[in-house]
Amino acid sequence: MRNITKRFGPVLANDKVWLDIYRGEILALLGENGSGKTTLMNMLSGIYFPDEGEISIDGKPVVIRSPKDAFDLGIGMIHQHFKLVDVLTAAENIVLGLEGKLDLKAAARRIREICDAYGFEVDPSQKIYNMSVSQKQTVEIVKVLYRGADILILDEPTAVLTPQETDKLFTVLRNMRNDGKAIVIITHKMHEVEALSDRVAILRHGQFVGDMLTRNTNAQEMTNMMVGHAVTLNIDRPEPIDPKPRIEVNGLTIRSIDGILKLDDVSFTANSGEILGIAGISGCGQKELLEAIAGLQPVEKGSISYVNDNGTKEELIGKDPLEIAGLGVSLSFVPEDRLGMGLVANMDLADNMMLRSFRRGRSVFTDRRSPYRLAENVVRDLEVITPGVTTPVRRLSGGNVQKVLVGREIASAPTVLLTAYAVRGLDINSSYTIYDLINQQKAAGVAVIYVGEDLDVLLELADRILVLCGGKVSGIVPGRGASKRDVGLMMTKLGGKANG
Amino acid sequence: MDNKVRNPLFHVAKRAALPWYKSWAIRFCAVLAALIVCGLITTLVTGEDPVAVYVSMWKGSFGTARRFWVLLQNIAMLLCVSLAVTPAFRMRCWNLGGEGQALIGCLCSAACMILLSGKIPNWAVIVCMIVSSILAGAVWAGIPAFFKAKYNTNETLFTLMMNYVATQLVAYFCVVWENPKGSGQIGIINPNSQIGWFPVIGGQKYLLNIIIVALVCVAMHIYLNYTKHGYEIAVVGESERTARYVGIKVDRVIIRTMLLSGALCGLAGLLLVGSTNHTLTPTLVEGRGFTAVMVSWLAKFNPIWMILTSLLLVFLGRGAGEIATNFGLNQSFGDILTGVILFFIIGSEFFINYQIKLTKSSGKEE
Repeated sequence: MRNITKRFGPVLANDKVWLDIYRGEILALLGENGSGKTTLMNMLSGIYFPDEGEISIDGKPVVIRSPKDAFDLGIGMIHQHFKLVDVLTAAENIVLGLEGKLDLKAAARRIREICDAYGFEVDPSQKIYNMSVSQKQTVEIVKVLYRGADILILDEPTAVLTPQETDKLFTVLRNMRNDGKAIVIITHKMHEVEALSDRVAILRHGQFVGDMLTRNTNAQEMTNMMVGHAVTLNIDRPEPIDPKPRIEVNGLTIRSIDGILKLDDVSFTANSGEILGIAGISGCGQKELLEAIAGLQPVEKGSISYVNDNGTKEELIGKDPLEIAGLGVSLSFVPEDRLGMGLVANMDLADNMMLRSFRRGRSVFTDRRSPYRLAENVVRDLEVITPGVTTPVRRLSGGNVQKVLVGREIASAPTVLLTAYAVRGLDINSSYTIYDLINQQKAAGVAVIYVGEDLDVLLELADRILVLCGGKVSGIVPGRGASKRDVGLMMTKLGGKANG
Repeated sequence: MDNKVRNPLFHVAKRAALPWYKSWAIRFCAVLAALIVCGLITTLVTGEDPVAVYVSMWKGSFGTARRFWVLLQNIAMLLCVSLAVTPAFRMRCWNLGGEGQALIGCLCSAACMILLSGKIPNWAVIVCMIVSSILAGAVWAGIPAFFKAKYNTNETLFTLMMNYVATQLVAYFCVVWENPKGSGQIGIINPNSQIGWFPVIGGQKYLLNIIIVALVCVAMHIYLNYTKHGYEIAVVGESERTARYVGIKVDRVIIRTMLLSGALCGLAGLLLVGSTNHTLTPTLVEGRGFTAVMVSWLAKFNPIWMILTSLLLVFLGRGAGEIATNFGLNQSFGDILTGVILFFIIGSEFFINYQIKLTKSSGKEE
């Protein structure tokens, strides 16, 4: 790719980028949020058309106008959000959109060949809605291979996978590399870059900064290049100051609307001035747990009590968020779905600040001035990159969206802070800003419940870690000194060490 | 030149926000282009002089003082129904029942005029008309709202079907209250006593309606943009999950907003019977409940812009009628012109949001 430039309105997403991709090599594409990685790859896969520049494959200039052009050239992209039809089987999804006669039997045979060649496990006749996230991803990969792709682009493929599934994916990717395919992987996780890639290329603010062989570099150097200045990669973990019980959960049991048991007899205590990490494979009841505490989730049985400073307790179950706030309980919640739940994507920063405060005062009119000021403060203090506080939040990049959300939630001086996947999809710099903010809240005596997916981070940040497995508490371990292997085992098997 | 690459000729790119004068220049060009195309169609199809056609279109609305007042009255009534459906639309709740909600308001007004005349004083009749018609409109919208809030039924179908119920009810009562007997129609109600007729102010029959709707328009603008209710409506419309997350009671907001929507439709019905027509027919609302959807969308749910969009639609509608009579063409020809003009105006939004770029040849190869 030579001199690739792409503008979105006034925003320069890619500025004269040069990038070489070699066969038989895994290239990691690094960069902060909004540095143009995905845009660049979207141009390679025919979703966008570059404003300037040219793309050559095997020395021949090519023009990629549509995803079909890209397929014809052997380029396939696996997106962060899967593009599969739920009610069809794996094989049907894979042949979907292909021309020629529909022969599902032959297709299934070829799918099995591909799977055998690289070590995938796919049942061609399984319906997509019966599949786990990791299986769906596998189908996506097989889909592009089926179309004869020999240049594969994966956009943050491990964001949704467990450590074990990630290992499996990496094995497959290595097999494909050894088969002579060119692989590009976009990721934020440094240890994955080091474990998997042969070469890294780094983008910053839409510009190409440099590339190098992975074995000649290290996480610190790559991070510095991404950010543009030196950063420290250690997460602080100050000792908790005067921890006292703040939230007591007893025998909490939750069923989803379909009657599926989501949480089964969960009990724990969250202390003030402490970060309680919650680990678990995604979908093990983390979401339900936080939403139950926040008053958003009907509970089958059990109790959640909030302990006041003077020792009196308030029961939170059966109350909605408004009633909980009415008790004087200052509870902040940074949900997993930032734009779908925590914020209103189409509203500007100031109006989003107002979500928490608009009821204040008896007037029928809203007070627009104080949210506006709060928005300005958040933008300034958390270094949110935005054209202004009247910009709709959907125009901000992921890290900035999260800063706005966290900024609003801590502005109300909470005593309990619930966070779900607070750094998912965030680049290193933004992630560390968020860790710092969470630590500040901890120092201020807030009981923080931190649901995380990156075990390395949980082990460095949390004072105690509660491991969920299939809706049950698999164990609670102190954050200091816990081993990643033990916690990983507890995530997949109740009690973890049961099998010795 | 052996490996000549074919680049696409142009591509479409999203624009940054345009300054207001540029977007208005684009809209103006769109109207101009629409007029030219319409002119061509007119000449080619009918052989009439397009300028004469436009002049008569213009005269249909602005030709005489009376026509001008009728234009204003029509705008006011259309605007009233449009304002009524707008809060629901902002909530992404597609109230297509404006027609029925207004009609049921008409029915209640007419019922008060017919049944109460001579039994209680005139002012009391008018109070009953106001209360009953607004209430009836609210109930007509409240029923679908209740089912949507409680059982998540589809409000689009539900409100649409309520229209037919209202039409049939009115048709039935038109026969029950027919006057003179055997005509199957109601005719002018209380023509001599004028009981239940709204007072004429300033010597202009339509002035009262226009003032009331103007006030509603300003009030709606303030309600939607500056009040807590308005903010709640916007949040629920954008994301119900966010609304629940911050403790907004979504069911309550849906029902409250739909009641307001229906009440304003009821008001439109009240004005149609009490102030303008003094009669009741199943087609009294003249499809305004549906035209209102277009008015509201074209104005992007902004009450103040809706004054302009309802002006546009009423102007086009009346112009089409005028052409039909003056040139002996049928009504459909006027509708064709209206369609062409609307097509261009709506299409211009595309050019405001997107630009078409010619692809530059990259680099300077020989």
